[in-house]
Amino acid sequence: MNAAWLPLTAIAASLLAAVIIFSLPEESRRLRTSINLLAAVIKITLVTLMIQRVVAGDEAIFSFQIVGNIDFVLRADALGVMFAGLSSLLWLCTTVYAIGYLEGTANRKRFFGFFSLCVASTLGIALAGNLFTFLIFYEMLTLSTYPLVVHSGTDKALNAGRIYLRYTLTAGVVLLFGVVLLYSVTGEHSFASERGLGDYLGDHRTLLTFIFALLVGGFAVKAAMVPLHGWLPRAMVAPAPVSALLHAVAVVKAGAFGILRVIYDLYGIELSVELGVTTALAVAACITIIYGSVRAIAQHELKPRLAFSTISQVSYIVLGVSLFGPFGTIGALAHLLHQGLMKVTLFFCAGIYAEELGIHRIDEMDGAGKRMPLTSLAFTVGALGMIGLPPFAGFITKWYLGIGAIQAEMYWVIAVLVASSALNAAYFLPIVYRLWFRVGPAHGHGSWPNEQRLGRLETHGWLLWPAVFTAVISLAAGLLAGLPFSPLDWATRVAVGEYLQ
Amino acid sequence: MMWRFGLADSTFEPLLTSHWALAIALCLPLVLGGLAAVWPPKRMWVVALACAPLLTSGLLLLVDFTQIGLLRWQGEVLGVSIGLRLNGVSILLLLLTQWLGAASALYTPGLLNVSPPERLARWLWPLMGVVVSALSLVWLATDLITLYLALELMGLAAVGMLLLSGKTPALFASMRYLLLTLVGSLAYLLGVALLLGYWGQVDLAGLAQVVEPGPVTWVAAALIGGGLALKAALFPLHAWLSPVHASAWTPVSALHAGLVVKASLFVLLQLWSILLPDTFWAPRLVAWMGMLAIIWGGLIAWRAESLKTLVASSTVAQLGYLMVVFPLLLGPNVGPLAKALAWEGFWLQLMGHALAKAAMFLAAGNLILATGETTLKGLAGCSRKLPLSLLVFGIASVTLMGLPPSAGFTAKWLLLQAMVISQQWWAVAALLIGTLLTAAYVFRFFRYSFMETAPRHHYQPLSPGMDIIALCLALAAFVLGLLAHFPLELLHGGSL
Repeated sequence: MNAAWLPLTAIAASLLAAVIIFSLPEESRRLRTSINLLAAVIKITLVTLMIQRVVAGDEAIFSFQIVGNIDFVLRADALGVMFAGLSSLLWLCTTVYAIGYLEGTANRKRFFGFFSLCVASTLGIALAGNLFTFLIFYEMLTLSTYPLVVHSGTDKALNAGRIYLRYTLTAGVVLLFGVVLLYSVTGEHSFASERGLGDYLGDHRTLLTFIFALLVGGFAVKAAMVPLHGWLPRAMVAPAPVSALLHAVAVVKAGAFGILRVIYDLYGIELSVELGVTTALAVAACITIIYGSVRAIAQHELKPRLAFSTISQVSYIVLGVSLFGPFGTIGALAHLLHQGLMKVTLFFCAGIYAEELGIHRIDEMDGAGKRMPLTSLAFTVGALGMIGLPPFAGFITKWYLGIGAIQAEMYWVIAVLVASSALNAAYFLPIVYRLWFRVGPAHGHGSWPNEQRLGRLETHGWLLWPAVFTAVISLAAGLLAGLPFSPLDWATRVAVGEYLQ
Repeated sequence: MMWRFGLADSTFEPLLTSHWALAIALCLPLVLGGLAAVWPPKRMWVVALACAPLLTSGLLLLVDFTQIGLLRWQGEVLGVSIGLRLNGVSILLLLLTQWLGAASALYTPGLLNVSPPERLARWLWPLMGVVVSALSLVWLATDLITLYLALELMGLAAVGMLLLSGKTPALFASMRYLLLTLVGSLAYLLGVALLLGYWGQVDLAGLAQVVEPGPVTWVAAALIGGGLALKAALFPLHAWLSPVHASAWTPVSALHAGLVVKASLFVLLQLWSILLPDTFWAPRLVAWMGMLAIIWGGLIAWRAESLKTLVASSTVAQLGYLMVVFPLLLGPNVGPLAKALAWEGFWLQLMGHALAKAAMFLAAGNLILATGETTLKGLAGCSRKLPLSLLVFGIASVTLMGLPPSAGFTAKWLLLQAMVISQQWWAVAALLIGTLLTAAYVFRFFRYSFMETAPRHHYQPLSPGMDIIALCLALAAFVLGLLAHFPLELLHGGSL
């Protein structure tokens, strides 16, 4: 019995939420909020059900024929529900945060409508059962993100939107070409198929390599790998919830997830190694890791620094994938979850600083820890996790990546990991130092750039609690990594599944 | 190619219901148009009620076709034998015509209620009826005479409709259109006369049996091709198209860009598949022009100052996609798989574009009516007040860009696959570049619409039905893309 309704309803929940939100008038704030939260809760429930099924060894599959030999397939496998779980959990947190963040601003209907569409697309990407379905949701994500990037309607935002489209639509075209080529050579190919594309190696070696380059090149734009990363720092003009969910989790992860799918479920790891593409990918990932970190140090504003940090961190996932061996895979998959949790926390905090105190630049953050202890604590947890200090979640990732590199006998990767950690420390520790150990307006020196008293606590509760919640979860993911259903445990489950095939 | 167009004998007689449904489908639009000229409808529900039997007749024909397969009618009028056939392509196009016609008719009362009263407005109804009837006849006819008459009737009624808005630029543009469409018809008629005189066959199936390659066939094919290309606004004979749309009424533009130009293309493909099967150069030439059309149409839409010019110029580029497929449909050395994929992709692209372009014209019309501005700059900041119209425009443009989940995407997929299989890399490049160019001009408009610093207009409230109709058309293009399996099955069935 495959419960076809499960993946379908999970996507329909946010699609329907989008439709209802679009048809409501701008003023009905309360109803919109309830629908948003209700849809988010329904979705988490459905994803939980899917996870239960995966544990029971029974994947929910939905499929129908579009034309000829091309099917639309949704399939809740272990890798898919992992990403789906992350995005639906963080959707709930971000929705709460966004409701607080956008309080009293214009065009909220448009914002929440497209926000729901984005989440529906992300879930579709997670659950897509073949490359064609993946492509459908991937392009949907591109389009539904645009109105969010240009939300403020300023010249800067509109220019950022234009650049975003230039990158992503071009990538979409490259991807489409790659997918069509692949279908023409091999016909329908489900992610569930266990054979990989090894059968075609003899006749089409060059062509397979070329298609791999097209596919991964297309995905690498969203994953913001150097030199295709230019859109991401500019897109930071979007409101904080957008930066948090979409540019730390949904959009960039969609790219990384696409690369995961291509290597694990389409080509198969053996074939990828055989073609020699993984080494090239590892080198590209390492360049991105170092480049992103170096650029992050040079940023004086908080959000761009976080953006360059994202560029660097997402490539850990790609690096882990391209190390042939189970430990690299576990590290990559765990990092998909860990990085999402940590980065969303950091962006939430950045948004809170901007809203409550008007802080945008890093040198304005002196002493903010005294004024906003909980927010600053959450930020510190996220930052230390990013650096990869034990016992935070980021440490686990780097540990597994390191082991993976040793097993794959790619020792230079260790050097990259160490260098990257040092660079991470170099751009995060000064912020933490400023927060807690420098004297600032909270101690009576000068004043905050634009202080608002948004709530009884240090800031508005709708802003504060999501940040604290994600910080606690990311802490727990590191501390309790050995327990069942921790990110590490689930990543191990997926990796074992891949390597036992 | 012959069987694909249903130019074969059918094994079964049409049912009695099919006869009636056919008569209703062909004549009812004329009757309804006449009635509406006498008593112009002021409300949407009246129009909906009137369209119901027409739509039912189409569905009846669909049911009969799925049960029986290819349907044929033969008869003699004034000593000339005329023939009609209903195969997969014609039933799909007939349904499309009826639904698009109904949507345009439903939209019209709302438009006439808010625009300044116009003396000639009541003539819009009968002309619309003539266009719908003539289009239905074009999809069904299988002899040269009926085809010519139907095309001529459709062209003249279309000119009439475009004239009606009563503005001076509309007058100039329509006169130019009239002149060109007459030139086109003349060339077409010359070609037909040549064929008739030399081969002596009116019936297409009969013609296909006797026709042989030679100078006469080539000259006739060239005359017919040139004339129809002019009427279909195929690049480089497209220049009349955007001025005509710039000042026409919205539902008229929707019908015209969605269907009228495609009727000529349909006839062109049908006749060339008889006259020039497996020729190398003629379809290649069309394809090269198509590539230029994609680029050139995209560039003029990108440079467009006014919204309607943008939408109209995009038709030129979208027709380019259809032209690029010609070598796969008509050319030699194309494998059966590639040919089948190209055939499916061609019609899916045509239908998807018809729905999306109609939706886009209606949405653009709503934006222009509500703000009173026609230029992109003037429409800056309209997302705040007119989100629904803008959303419809967005959904329609997804189809035009060929991004998922739309008919444009599924069609592009099929075409790309056919081109990859038959290794036509230039065509692949043209299709992919077309996506980017379309995105460039569509998002240029969106960029304006999202501006928050723009001046606030005075907004004219529109009846919500006008947006809903456009939304339904735009969504239909999405549904068509996701459920493409069903219409494409019709293309295979019946005539095999």
